[in-house]
Formats: sequence, C-alpha cells, structure tokens
Amino acid sequence: MAVNRMFRTCPTTGLKFHQPAEALMKWNAVAAVVSLLVGGILALGVTLTRWQAVHLLAPDWFYLFLTAHGLNMLVFWIIFFEIAVLYFAGSTLLGCRLATPKMAWAGFWLMVAGALLNNYAVIFRQDSSVMFTSYAPMGAHPTFYLGLILFAVGALIGCFVFLGTLAVGKAEKTYNGSIPLVTFGALTACIIAIFTIASGAIILIPTFLWSLGLIEHIDSLMYRTVFWAFGHSSQQINVSAHVAIWYAIAAIAFGAKPMSERVSRAAFLLYIFFLQLASAHHLLVDPGLTSNWKIFNTSYAMYLAVLASMVHGLTVPGAIEVAQREKGFNKGLFEWLRKAPWGNPVFSGMFISLMGFGFLGGISGVMMGTEQLNLIIHNTLYVPGHFHATVVVGTTLAFMSLTYFLIPVLFRRQMMFPLLAKWQPYLFGLGMSGFALFMMGAGTLGMPRRHWDVSFAGNLFPHEFPGTAWLMIALMGISGLVAIVGGIIYLLITVGSVFLGKKIETPDFKYVKAREGMAPAPQPVAATLTAHHGNIGMAGFVAPGTFVLAIVFLTSFVLYYFVNWKYLSTVWPLS
Amino acid sequence: MSAILPPPDRVWWKQPIDRVEGTWIAIALVWCLIMFFMMPYWHVFGKQNLANEAFKTTPEAYTRKAQEVVDKYTVRTETAQNIPVVHPPAGSDVYLVARLWSWWPILELEAGKSYRIHLMSMDWLHGFSLQPENINIEVHPGYDHVLTVTPTAPGTYSVICNEYCGINHHTMASKIYVK
Repeated sequence: MAVNRMFRTCPTTGLKFHQPAEALMKWNAVAAVVSLLVGGILALGVTLTRWQAVHLLAPDWFYLFLTAHGLNMLVFWIIFFEIAVLYFAGSTLLGCRLATPKMAWAGFWLMVAGALLNNYAVIFRQDSSVMFTSYAPMGAHPTFYLGLILFAVGALIGCFVFLGTLAVGKAEKTYNGSIPLVTFGALTACIIAIFTIASGAIILIPTFLWSLGLIEHIDSLMYRTVFWAFGHSSQQINVSAHVAIWYAIAAIAFGAKPMSERVSRAAFLLYIFFLQLASAHHLLVDPGLTSNWKIFNTSYAMYLAVLASMVHGLTVPGAIEVAQREKGFNKGLFEWLRKAPWGNPVFSGMFISLMGFGFLGGISGVMMGTEQLNLIIHNTLYVPGHFHATVVVGTTLAFMSLTYFLIPVLFRRQMMFPLLAKWQPYLFGLGMSGFALFMMGAGTLGMPRRHWDVSFAGNLFPHEFPGTAWLMIALMGISGLVAIVGGIIYLLITVGSVFLGKKIETPDFKYVKAREGMAPAPQPVAATLTAHHGNIGMAGFVAPGTFVLAIVFLTSFVLYYFVNWKYLSTVWPLS
Repeated sequence: MSAILPPPDRVWWKQPIDRVEGTWIAIALVWCLIMFFMMPYWHVFGKQNLANEAFKTTPEAYTRKAQEVVDKYTVRTETAQNIPVVHPPAGSDVYLVARLWSWWPILELEAGKSYRIHLMSMDWLHGFSLQPENINIEVHPGYDHVLTVTPTAPGTYSVICNEYCGINHHTMASKIYVK
C-alpha cells in the first residue's frame, strides 16, 4: 500500500507531524485565513453602513456585503480552520498517520470549489443576497445552494477522515489508554458536525432543486425548522472546537492537565446529547409550534448543555490555576492569574475568548433561548450582538490564539511583528466585545438586525428610535473599527510569517518511519486514584480563584436573567 | 500529563472529583433547573405568552378576511395611497397583512381592551416588530398566527419589519394607534 508514513518530530514541542496531515493542516489553515480576509473586508463595509453617521453603502450593496460576510466568516473561515483542528487533534496529538490523505485532499478541494461557487453567486452574480440563512421562499441562484452543498460534502469527508484517523491510531497502538481530552473535544465537534451536515443536506438539497424549478414549493416553516438544525448546530461545532482549543492552550502554555478527566469528558458528552436541541430557539416566536416543544428543546433539555458550558468555564481556568499554583504562584486568590503570561498572545487571546464567550455570549444566548424572553429580542440587533460574542470573541479569537502557536510549530516560521502580536488579542477581543455589547444594547432598545436604514428616511411612517439607541449604534461602529484593526494585524502577522517569516532550521531535523513514531507498548500503571494535587489552594478548594470568578459569573447571570423578565413584564400582555 | 496527552491513569473515570468542581456542578445544576421552570411558571403566572394558535391557510382566504374587517370598521384613510385605518370592536378578530414591502391596514385600538390580531405574510418571511414596546414575532406565508394582545397605554406605535425581505426591507413600516 502506497501510504506515506513519514513523520517529523517538532523539536520545540515534541509533537509528531505526519507529512500528509501537515500539508493538509497548512492548506486548510491558509484557506481559512483567505476566507477571513474576504469576510473582514466585507465586515468593514457592513460596519460602516450600520454606523448611521457614515452609512457607506447603498442598500443593494449592503445586503450583498452582509450575505457574503456571514457566509465567509461563519461557514468558510471557521470550517476550514476546524478541519485543520480535526487533523491536528487526530493525527498530531495521537502521533499517528492520517487516514486516507487522498480522500482528505478530495474533501479539501470540494470545500474550496464550494466556497468559490457560493461567493461567485453572491458577489459576482449579485442575485443571491439572501443572507446566511437564505430563508425560502426568498430564493437565490442555484449556484448559491450548490456551493454550500459541495462545501458541506467536503467537510463531511474531513470528518470521516478524522474518524478514520482515530481508528488507525487505535489499531496501530500509537497511544496508550484513552484519547487525549483535546482529541475527545474534537471528536465531539466531529460528531456534531456529521449531524449538522446531514440536516444541511435535508434542507439544502430540496432548496437547490426548488431553485432549479424541479420542486414546486418549499414551506417556510419547514425550511426554518430544518435549516436551524443545520445553521445553529454548525455553531455548536464551533463551541466544541473552541472549548477543545482552550484545553489545548491551557496544556500548551501552562502544562495544565484537566482537573478531572471525568468531569470534562462528561461535559463534552452532554454537548453531544443536548446541544443541538438549541437550534429550536430560533423558532420561539414562529407560528405552528407548541410551547411544550419550544420549552423542552430550547432549554436544551433542562439546560443540560448550558450546564456543560458552565462546567468547562470552570474547569479550563481551574486547570490553569492548579498548574500555576503547583508552579509556586499559590498566594492569595489571584496570584496565579496576575502572573500569567499576559504578553503571550496564545494565552491572552485564549483567556479573553473564554471570558467573552462566557460573560457576553453565554449569558445573552440563554436570554434569547428562553421562550418568552425571545419576544423582546427576536431579530433585533441583540441577535448579531450575541453571536459576535460567541463566534467571534469565542471561536475566532480562540482560533487566532492557536495560530500563534501553530506558526512556529506547524509552519516552522518565526512569528513576525511580535510586538503587534502581543497587542492583537486585546485590540480584537476587547473591540469585538464592545461591538457585541453595544449591538445588544441597541437591540434591547428595539433596533432591528439586517436593516439598511434605521432612520427610515423618506418613509411614509417613519419610526424614531430613542437617542440611546443611536449612541449604541455609534459606539458599535467605533468598537467595530477597533476589532477590524485587530483583524488586520492578525492577517498581517499570519500571512507575513507564513510566507515571509524567517524559517526555523533545526540541525537534526528528519522525518522518521512510522514504526519509530509509535507509542511504547502499554505499561501497567499503578492505580493512583486520588485527586493528586499537592498542598495548594485554600479552604479545601484547589482552584479558589476560579471558583470566585465563577460565582461572579453566576451572579451577573442571575441578575441579568431576572432584569429581562422584569422588562418583559412591562410590555403589552399577550396570550 | 496534560489535556493534549492520553490520561495518565488508565481508569481515569474513577479519579475522585475535586471539591471545587463538585460544588460548582451542584450550584450550576440548581440554576439550570430554576431557569427551566421559569418558562412553565410564566405560562401560568406571567402575562406575556404566545398562545400557540395558528392555522394553515392561503393568501386569498386570508386577504378576504382582512378585507371584510376593513370594509366593516374603517374609520378613515391615511397617506396618498389611502391606507385604511381600522378601528375594530374590542375582542374582535383583526387581520394584519404583511407583504413586500408594506403592512395593511393600519390598526386603531383602545388601551386596556383585548384584540385577536392575526398575522400572515402574502409572500416571503417578514418580522412583526412593535416599537417601542419591542414585541417581535416571525410572520410566515401560509400560517395565520393569532395573538391576543392588550395594549396598555395610549400612543402611536410603530410596526417595522425585522426579518430581511429584500431590497426595500427597510421601507416596510406602519403604525398602530392606541386610544
């Protein structure tokens, strides 16, 4: 069998890279960054139009930019990067060869073709400004749907290559015992991805046939119901992937091990069981669905998936705290955090991602997903505010942090502009957090999303939004620009380093044969069934600082939750 | 010995849970259950709930019903397009037609009285967004969605579309008057 089994060992980290997996990771990462570049340019147009004082684009161009921005960011940037993460978590972390690299390449090129075709429909044909959601019966050109279908098939192939790689690692015994936690998180993402893509096929294939005229009618409620099993579940892939990356970065930057494998893995398992149910929270104010159905589904079966996120929110910083305390930063509640490497973008980006995702994205997500509260939020600017906190501050920033680790390790280049890199997570993370927060503020005051002109200039029945809402929009525009500067710096650093950065030469660099790359045969390990942390922490808590942070989080959560009920109780009674 | 390596203990699932984790899981679980029970609680004791009343129908049948109400209860017309302003009796069925890119007719309601407002789209998806109350409801073609609403205070309210519906989406706005 002509399988390439050449490995190299990274001299800095000791990670084993399988040659074809390495090439695939690089190409997927490059495709991701190109999508981010396109999406970023479009973001500038969108922000400068919604910022009413500038109001840059005409309506047709605004809706076109918004459609292409959503697709390039939410679909192409994130999923290309996730495929790279899957190959990393599969092949590299298990030290095993990638299963069927040729299939993986076929998947990659399908994804590229799909992304190009979809962008062709939106940007060049200019007849498919139907937004990321493409709600039927509003129709796009057939190439729009075909592009998405090809992309999804390519991503599905990537998922199966990852699963195959797990099987290879097990069969060839490249590791002992269970797969690492990060690989387990990637596996969670992969399982959710397969469910997601299946749902996508169920809705996009009929819609594609409808756009060709082969199917007469697509019911709008059916479309929305099935679409969100695809559209929202794809965001759950991101959650699983970026939580896995948080664990990975905690391990890389601090040598942190999970506080308890059992808790962290159980939390990932809850994601698999319950996270997709959340898709239903897009339908809370739709006709034709019962409250029982809405309540059960959008509570992710009694919030068991929220529980999982709250667990990760504790165990990731908790693992860092334990590692730091064991290194000697054991004073007080927060010495471990103060002495963290805040100048290292791998860590600072990850930590801002964690905080932003929890405080802004997580809390606001639960608000929108509460059946009655959705009435005062649905389709307002609150919604993009929420998902810029989850998908951009959470996922994108986590991916950016991981990139700073991958540039030397995967691309073997020195990072350019280290000083800029130091500041990048702050500019991007804090700018984007402000952007999300101000959007939520404007949304709370009723400003609609996906709207070209909230001033209703020249309208027969104009609506005047309160002055505070206008202030929010202006602050949103300014924060958005700060985030865009952060994004430009990221692109400058990554593109610069990967293509022009100084090559890292290692004298004893060589690829080794597969057999040498295998893990040693399993050794019997004496059972050490204790919570084996030394004498650290306080009051019997190994991570008291994290616990205090968690309680602060919970307090804000509880307060904000009831503030929203209070607000709801003041609007017109409905029954 | 880290999250990127296989767990050192082969039987990691028997490792005891740290106290900090156990405590947090218990607190978080209680909070999750509270949030879950808030929704049924509000259905019983709260005043802002959707009633789940909806019917499948056709644009023709729906327009006919809307026209009947307009014929009966129009009190005046507004703008050069003569959009009817309908003042229906309390408790009656009122039909609001959403289409590219307008709401029809204009409603005039009385504070403290309840009305059965029907929402349906004639073409694509639209979003019923009542401002500044900030009540937002998805409007589908083919589904007649019934809301029983009780306006609380007199004033002029706006209805804007907040589901993207094409190039003139931002022009789709109307009024509801409450006396």
